[in-house]
Amino acid sequence: MTETQAAAEAVSTTRPTLLEARDLHVEFASRGRRARAVDGVNLAIGAGEIVALVGESGCGKTTLARTLLGLERPTSGEVRYGGNVLDYRSKALKAYRRQVQLVLQDPMGSLNPRQTVYEAVAEGPRIHGLPDEREVVTTALSRAGLRPPDRFFLRYPHELSGGQRQRVVIAGALALDPKVLIADEPVASLDASVRGEILALLLRLRADLGLSALVVTHDLGLAWNIADRVAVMYLGRIVESGPVEQVLTAPRHPYTQALMSVLPESPERVVLTGEPPDPTRIPGGCRFHARCQVLASGKAAEAGVDGKCRSELLQILPAVPEAQAACHYAALSQPGA
Amino acid sequence: MTSPAAARRRLALSRFWADFRTHRGGMAGLVTLVVAVALALVAPLFISADVTSVVSGTGERWAPPSLSEPFGTDESGRSILLMVWWGSRTSLLIGFLAALLSVVIGLVVGVAAGHFRGWLGGALMRVTDWFLVLPSLVTALVLAAILGGSTFTIIMAIGITTWPATARLIRAQTLAVEARPYIERSKALGAGHWHITTRHVLPNVAPLLLASTTLEVASAIVTESTLAFLGASANKTSWGTMLRASYDFGAATQGAWWYILIPGLAILAVVMAFTLVGRALEAVLNPRLRRAA
Amino acid sequence: MSLLELDDVSVIYRIASGEVPAVRGVSLSLDSGAALGVAGESGSGKSTLAMALLRLLPRDARVGGRILLDGEDVLTMKWGRMRAVRWAEASIVFQGAQHGLNPVRRVGDQIAEPLLVHNLAKPDAARKRVAELLEQVGLPAWRARSYPHELSGGQRQRVMIAMALACSPRLIIADEPTTALDVMVQAQVLTLIKELVAEHGISLIMISHDLSVLADVCDQLAVMYAGRVVEHGPSHEVFHDARHPYSRALAAAFPTVGDPVSRLAPKGLGGDPPDPMQLPTGCSFHPRCPVALDECATMDVELWAAGAGRTAACVHVQEAS
Repeated sequence: MTETQAAAEAVSTTRPTLLEARDLHVEFASRGRRARAVDGVNLAIGAGEIVALVGESGCGKTTLARTLLGLERPTSGEVRYGGNVLDYRSKALKAYRRQVQLVLQDPMGSLNPRQTVYEAVAEGPRIHGLPDEREVVTTALSRAGLRPPDRFFLRYPHELSGGQRQRVVIAGALALDPKVLIADEPVASLDASVRGEILALLLRLRADLGLSALVVTHDLGLAWNIADRVAVMYLGRIVESGPVEQVLTAPRHPYTQALMSVLPESPERVVLTGEPPDPTRIPGGCRFHARCQVLASGKAAEAGVDGKCRSELLQILPAVPEAQAACHYAALSQPGA
Repeated sequence: MTSPAAARRRLALSRFWADFRTHRGGMAGLVTLVVAVALALVAPLFISADVTSVVSGTGERWAPPSLSEPFGTDESGRSILLMVWWGSRTSLLIGFLAALLSVVIGLVVGVAAGHFRGWLGGALMRVTDWFLVLPSLVTALVLAAILGGSTFTIIMAIGITTWPATARLIRAQTLAVEARPYIERSKALGAGHWHITTRHVLPNVAPLLLASTTLEVASAIVTESTLAFLGASANKTSWGTMLRASYDFGAATQGAWWYILIPGLAILAVVMAFTLVGRALEAVLNPRLRRAA
Repeated sequence: MSLLELDDVSVIYRIASGEVPAVRGVSLSLDSGAALGVAGESGSGKSTLAMALLRLLPRDARVGGRILLDGEDVLTMKWGRMRAVRWAEASIVFQGAQHGLNPVRRVGDQIAEPLLVHNLAKPDAARKRVAELLEQVGLPAWRARSYPHELSGGQRQRVMIAMALACSPRLIIADEPTTALDVMVQAQVLTLIKELVAEHGISLIMISHDLSVLADVCDQLAVMYAGRVVEHGPSHEVFHDARHPYSRALAAAFPTVGDPVSRLAPKGLGGDPPDPMQLPTGCSFHPRCPVALDECATMDVELWAAGAGRTAACVHVQEAS
């Protein structure tokens, strides 16, 4: 345990923050009601750091990713890149696109079926009018592991395998020489044997280019595979975050504990009851209390926090690298945190 | 770089042609169209507008088809064959240009309405719906009457009243394309409205548009004939004005069936040909139909 | 005696450009009340195999070998008998619960449909049976009156399972039943499937690309690659101590959280699944195999014994024995 803590400190001291969300809120109108998809998030991604954002569908993780990319505007709060608040004027936003790039889940859908690999990778450089287009495309393809690159230039997406398509998408992002990749479920629709290769590619890009990444996923195994830090999201808020070794071996938030318990290898299963989370109806008190197994089992009442769980709002977790959890019950065992 | 890319494009084109050739109806239509258009283009080399002049009518009046006049003559002794030949120029010109106008308006409005989801898209769709519920024939008739009869006004009248259907079609396709993840990827790469609509949306709606254009030409030719028959004409001989004249001069009571039948058959053949080509294009270009076949 | 027996089953798709061998000589057997997991990636033939079991393949597919269900050959059955088998003895749960349900009909009616169509129950009895089935899959009985869009993804998958259970089949074939479901919901559906196997003695064939899920639910595991079974055995042994390098790669693809070996070290296989029209010579896996020998490119591999109740199609296994 001491070793991992030392590692966590190393993370916090050596990596300056590159991309940051500060008290971010994003709301939508959904069937006449307001859905608070992102409801107060602080999150920082350091230079060269890989952060996994974990949660179930509907927890707001994709909205958060889109907002960080500037594809969605926050209702309040701000996105900061390199210390500066993101400017939504089209020229500034276009310049921002060269710094932060996107990789989507479904590589078949992410590529225009009528464009060749060359055209797909050259799209970014063409939009930004970069010189030496051919050189840029060649480099990007070979960095993404498609070698020799010119053999792929004239292929169409349907002629490639799933793994190759995802490499083309990654090459398209790399062609702009970004500093941060935001990957939304990058391997969820890929075959099991290819999955590891794509994840290894992300790690290699970090090692070779110093690329940071925010990987949005529902898969804790993926976080364990590649991430330095993990942030667990529930109903629009980060409920637990910290170094992967700490959060995934000793989760403190009951929601993280439940997620861990349903992994196939885990000895005891906590299956949550109650309605699935609905961002148009966020419960008062702790937003997880209606489904919380610690509260349901009476352990919270024993500790005397059940009242707080039901009625007292929790602080929004700050964007710090250390392990932290937004839970009244967990706060008892570690008053300092 | 360009030569292998061009080679690929040529390959795609030849594959398309091979697919198209398997549609016998489409091929028959295409041959008919090529012949009709070629004849219309070369007409001035052999005949002139004189064949439509009442004063230069030299033959016998109301002559039935014979060896010298294969399709007979009209009330002024003009040759029906030559008039149908010369009239094809006006009919086809109006058909093509009106369809082009309608498709261009429909394309711009449809893509804009599909791409800009906010108030602009909403407003464009309201306008489209408004035009869609207007009885188009009546509107065209009124427009042609107000603007006066010339080829240009007939083209305008047809184009302005028929674009909403194209706009609806293009908007639906635009919405489908824009829901694809590669649009999201393109936006994240920094693409603006112009890039997304021209690089991603247009190539994806183009096949649909091509098929719909051919059908549009057919319907424009029919509309032109109808307008001419109802009295709003370009003041030039077209198949529609010939039908109108046959009615005005009582061809039916004269027993001059050829005067009615020949222009009618010409319209039918060309419209049929366009429709066949359009359907074949649709089947070849629309992957969903192709898979079902 | 075994409920289902596959003997040298092969499936060939005929397409314009030639013949595609999707399944190439698979022999497996399943005992009554047992659960068999079939693992493999897309193109391995696992879904084709599942469809072949109930003759659900399109017409351009040619199926060879024998598929014995309770001693009766599915491939030579008359159509009427086949239809009866599909409902009453074996039913299939597909992946993607969104498309398996008719959006304009109440789910209760859809569950009751096979009962009424096959005159297995009067409307009243059918309604009672629907309530019972919904309860069995963990949904309240009033959900019978819901339309599919009113249900969540997990609830829809439960309804699909209830439909499969309607005529009390002895065998359920589940094709990626939990793909596209959230982890929490996936766990619930898997728990439900496990209970059905344990408490009702229903046999199960479950198909997935996730070896860890299969190991969790099934007793036996068969790993398929390029249309063939490359490893077969008790699931925990196959998962934790695979003999075939491909099974090892699949098992490593989904790491155990907390295992220091996989921390910051994702493992995958280089290369791509082979094109079934141009299969490599010798062992089809040899171009991607990390431990391939020279002879793998030429020698024929077959399932060799690899310990108690286990077989694997790898030259290293043959050498060891």
